[in-house]
Amino acid sequence: MKQTNEIAQSHQLMQKKKKDRGWVPWIIILTGVGLIFLFMVISIAKGAANISTITVWDALFRFDSENTQHLIVVDLRLPRVIASVMVGASLAVAGAIMQGTTRNPMADSGLMGLNAGAGFALSICFAFFPGISYIKTMLFSFLGAALGAFMVNTMASRRSGEDAPMRLVLAGAAVSALLIALSQGIALYFDVAQSIMFWTVGGVAGSNWMQIRIMTPWILGGLLAAIALSHAISLLSLGEDVARGLGLNTEVVGGLCSLVVLILAGASVSVVGSVGFVGLIIPHLARYLVGVDYRWVIPTSAVLGALLMVLADLGARTLNPPFEIPIGALISLVGVPFFLYVARKQGRAL
Amino acid sequence: MMMTAQQQINEAYKRKIARRNTGIMIGCGALLIISFIISMNTGYAKLSPLDTLRTLFGGGTAKENLILFDFRLPRIVISILVGMGLALSGCILQDISKNPLADPGLLGINAGAGLMVILYVMFFGAKSFMSVLTLPFLSLTGAGTAAIIVYTLTYKKGDGIAPMRLILAGVAVQAGISALTTLLVAKLDETQFSFVATWQAGSIWGSNWKFVMALLPWLLLLIPYVLSKSHLLDILNLEDGIAYSLGASVEQERRKLLAAAVGLAASCVAVSGSISFVGLIAPHLARRLVGPKHRILLPTCAMVGAVMVSTADTIARVVVQPSELPVGIIVAIIGAPYFLYLMKIKSRQQ
Repeated sequence: MKQTNEIAQSHQLMQKKKKDRGWVPWIIILTGVGLIFLFMVISIAKGAANISTITVWDALFRFDSENTQHLIVVDLRLPRVIASVMVGASLAVAGAIMQGTTRNPMADSGLMGLNAGAGFALSICFAFFPGISYIKTMLFSFLGAALGAFMVNTMASRRSGEDAPMRLVLAGAAVSALLIALSQGIALYFDVAQSIMFWTVGGVAGSNWMQIRIMTPWILGGLLAAIALSHAISLLSLGEDVARGLGLNTEVVGGLCSLVVLILAGASVSVVGSVGFVGLIIPHLARYLVGVDYRWVIPTSAVLGALLMVLADLGARTLNPPFEIPIGALISLVGVPFFLYVARKQGRAL
Repeated sequence: MMMTAQQQINEAYKRKIARRNTGIMIGCGALLIISFIISMNTGYAKLSPLDTLRTLFGGGTAKENLILFDFRLPRIVISILVGMGLALSGCILQDISKNPLADPGLLGINAGAGLMVILYVMFFGAKSFMSVLTLPFLSLTGAGTAAIIVYTLTYKKGDGIAPMRLILAGVAVQAGISALTTLLVAKLDETQFSFVATWQAGSIWGSNWKFVMALLPWLLLLIPYVLSKSHLLDILNLEDGIAYSLGASVEQERRKLLAAAVGLAASCVAVSGSISFVGLIAPHLARRLVGPKHRILLPTCAMVGAVMVSTADTIARVVVQPSELPVGIIVAIIGAPYFLYLMKIKSRQQ
């Protein structure tokens, strides 16, 4: 009798614990979203030309095409902020998916060959078609990203037997190395290395409404798909065998995950270049905050990623005006100490 | 009777494996010698094979002697040594971190060395090296400092060097230093930039006996040490608990091996620029060729690394005469497809 009581008690305790834990992610996500809006407004107001918050409000709701400040807000700053939110969220979610499915803490979307592919396409662009238009360059680099991902997936696909995540990781590393080497070779031979570098560290500076119109449906779709897949990703993060034992069709889920990563990260990479560190640190941070259930990790990653990107873009523009600090470098510099702290605290890593 | 039959089969299998492994070792050795000979014969100044042979045995003209002994031979020796060092270092790191994506870059070695080189080039210009040993010395300092930082961040009292923390700390430090590098690179002028870009792509520029002399003692000391630890590496590859119960003092050995890996990689990067891809792929290639036993894996790994770098260096000198492509690029362009091919083959066999 006593024993049953104890069991019941501990059960209750566990239920309570679960409930307690349940609040944390909600708070983080809601606070995160609030902060994103706050910093979006600040980000729109601050910059080379300072604009008051009231003017920003006016520009958004009573737009006047004669007013220069309104034009700056609507045509330059707003698309840029929206782009950073989307890019940050997608890179972080793509990173979380990669880390969960490959069970490797060093994984991010770069592992799918996306960044390397985009870089390869860019170097071809700059070497053979100089002076090509901005949108075309972007399209080219998305195609490059897709090519990279396609190569990695073809190489990693297998009949049966070997560990699938392991194959993906190795194929990703090899294909990336190959593509990076090719683009380095082209860049050095045709002497375009420096212009490629300026493009890839450029960040969200050149975003415009057209880009956003193209990107939005894909990224929103990708994010929703990621949330829909999150339960399956939790299972996959326990190991392929366990997942299969729990009744998951690992091949289908793995394929879908790859597709989602391609869409999210491919779109982002073609807009901002390689800001790899977001996809690497944010999932670790999210797991540190909300635990290892990917149903929480993925939304939290999206929110945190967006927040980080908005903040970083704000910093990149305002710390050293009128020059811009490369956003990837800024994120790494701010992110590294934080990441190290989390790394030391963290118990389970995936 | 059954038992002995089984034993016989086992014995036969073991012998077959041993024979195959010896075959592979001999193959690697032959490849190395062939690439050595070809490398001796190729280059900007034409020498016929017969001339080369005659010069090697002391019958050459002064010019032939100069070309062969002062230009080509040191360079070939260096490429072989660098290949061995980086491959072994990568192999150890993949074992210690238990991560297939680890390479010497994980310790921040490449990034640290790169940062030092860039700082020097920024302040003193690309052409003003005080002595031939300035650059290797700088790289060594940078690499060593970065490795010490990674090590300090990884070490935790009572828990020693946990693989997961090593990876996270390594990735973070690497990213942080690369970010600094990006910020600095944006400020370089064109000559400085192309010098740095070439260095980063990895090129053996130190073709001089002094470099050989600077590199050799490290490798002569560390390679036998690592080889003597092969049994221990087998054990460390298991789970920590099992390794402990087999009587290995896991922590201590891990620390020593880590130090050895740092020494190998840092000294190699100092003369070769960052060719970290060798350290990533050579261990995997060797593992695919001879399996995971370190007694045979380590020598094979060293051989594979040596063949890769020396072949790549030969090709690098020939492809775009009279200027040359950085050898790191060639290593990746040749190594990656071969690795992917091996991956495909293996999966078909299963």
